[in-house]
Amino acid sequence: MAEIRNYTMNFGPQHPAAHGVLRLVLELDGEVIERADPHIGLLHRATEKLAEHRTFLQTVPYMDRLDYVSMMANEHAYVMAIEKLMGVVVPVRAQYIRVMFDEITRILNHLLWLGAHALDVGAMSVFLYAFREREDLFDCYEAVSGARMHAAYYRPGGVYRDLPEHMPQYEASKIHDAKDMKRMNANRQGSLLDFIEDFTNRFPGYVDEYETLLTDNRIWKQRTVDIGIVTPERALALGMTGPMLRGSGIEWDLRKKQPYEVYEHMDFDIPVGTNGDCYDRYLVRMQEFRESNRIIKQCIAWLRANPGPVISDSYKVAPPSRATMKHDMEALIHHFKLFTEGFHVPEGEAYAAVEHPKGEFGIYLISDGANKPYRLKIRAPGFAHLAALDEMTRGHMIADLVAIIGTQDIVFGEIDR
Amino acid sequence: MSSRLEILEANLASALREKSVRLVCATGELTIEIAAADAVEVCRTLRDRAGLQFEQLTDLCGVDYSDYKEGAWQGKRYAVVYHLLSVALNQRVRVKAFVEDDEFPVIPTAVGIWPSANWYEREAFDLFGIMFDGHPDLRRILTDYGFVGHPFRKDFPVIGNVEMRYDPDQKRVVYQPVSIELRNNVPRIIRDEGVHGIKLN
Repeated sequence: MAEIRNYTMNFGPQHPAAHGVLRLVLELDGEVIERADPHIGLLHRATEKLAEHRTFLQTVPYMDRLDYVSMMANEHAYVMAIEKLMGVVVPVRAQYIRVMFDEITRILNHLLWLGAHALDVGAMSVFLYAFREREDLFDCYEAVSGARMHAAYYRPGGVYRDLPEHMPQYEASKIHDAKDMKRMNANRQGSLLDFIEDFTNRFPGYVDEYETLLTDNRIWKQRTVDIGIVTPERALALGMTGPMLRGSGIEWDLRKKQPYEVYEHMDFDIPVGTNGDCYDRYLVRMQEFRESNRIIKQCIAWLRANPGPVISDSYKVAPPSRATMKHDMEALIHHFKLFTEGFHVPEGEAYAAVEHPKGEFGIYLISDGANKPYRLKIRAPGFAHLAALDEMTRGHMIADLVAIIGTQDIVFGEIDR
Repeated sequence: MSSRLEILEANLASALREKSVRLVCATGELTIEIAAADAVEVCRTLRDRAGLQFEQLTDLCGVDYSDYKEGAWQGKRYAVVYHLLSVALNQRVRVKAFVEDDEFPVIPTAVGIWPSANWYEREAFDLFGIMFDGHPDLRRILTDYGFVGHPFRKDFPVIGNVEMRYDPDQKRVVYQPVSIELRNNVPRIIRDEGVHGIKLN
């Protein structure tokens, strides 16, 4: 009789289904996975160490580059940690703007997850649809911050500037004539809020489109139902958070349970799964699209009715207005000191966590009273999820491994940091 | 919220009567300082005891205190910080264990209590060189294969010690000492008084 032996196979880091630079060493029995050993760190940039050598404000853009598909959510946790230590009061309008952009970010992140997950499992078209909507949301990012992705929009004390009154418009080019322009700029005639509102009116229809393609799709269900089951107890023990935890049936959402900013005034529901398999996590995230859309609508209504400041008026953390600097010497000095030496955070330590699209994203900040953090620890949700990959894939086939990587919503920027 | 913190504080104080060195409550967060040798016992109590029930280890990280306040730090050099979350009771606590030996820091592992500690401890070992006694698989995790040193220690330069390049003669990638210099545009300054050195009302 032929001798049957396990063999070891290398998966990635240059593999389209590896979501970046995941390297897996798989121990296989035929096509069944006996052990999966993820090798991470190929994208390690030592963000935490770099932060120790930069002022508090200079680290904000580094946060965008952690989880590079949910940029503003990362910034949010970081500025919240600083605000906690300094006791800065954030204006209510800034809190609403943050909540609105957190939810826009959640939709951005879930769109990429959906597209990539479906692509991994073999459905090409969802990816194309998802990117169509992402384009609109990037335009929102660009309108407020000037950057499509790495916004650096949240600042300690508020957000950098108020929402623009005019939405930037397309200009005619060789491939787009005046008629095209009229069509493409149709929903860009008003302010940014008008544009976002138009998006929120369209978006539920788009989610229906994705669901038509996937939810009852026979192949999709064959590939995701009963794959990568995590029991609620194991999910907690393995440190899972966010949709990974909710997919296992635990109703846990920091936006509801430990509300920050103005989430306590928001009306939304927490979707939970029942089986803890890939399909349930898919359903949870699909419902989160709709819940996020609801939250954005509520924010728009509030923001329209309540103008006001968007950043703290304390010169401690926020720069004085340009106009003030022209006639007030002290304001000029503050501005200069703020952008050269930076502000000082009182001695102490704080942990601030937000409900990031992927789970709990936390910043543990230790300050010794200097203008730079003493230690910054980033608690990335994906790190704990990827650590659980071995347990989730054991006994599954290689094809299921790809579905499980997809369902974990892995992004290496945050895992490797 | 504050009354819930007080209840938790009382529960912690009664549960860890002998073990806890210090119980600090600041910015709405509770921190327990313990001795490294007690780590496992304390963690088990925190997970299992009614009224505490911290069933999730949210985060675990190392801290190197050697440069704290420009070297004014008197205590132990390394600390391991656990962030715990109780989903059942909706509460958080931070546990800080100072590690005895500054030269060869060793602390018992928490993998037996929370499986999620596995990778976090590997990370703390990789970046700080803290040894976790009893860890099933204490390998480096974030740094390169064959990396030398523990990069997040305060005495490790931010530019690193070696750089990598392709050597056309040897036809392979080689390591060599770094060719760049450390550049610091903004000095690190600790100020106790006021902000920006200016007294604000």
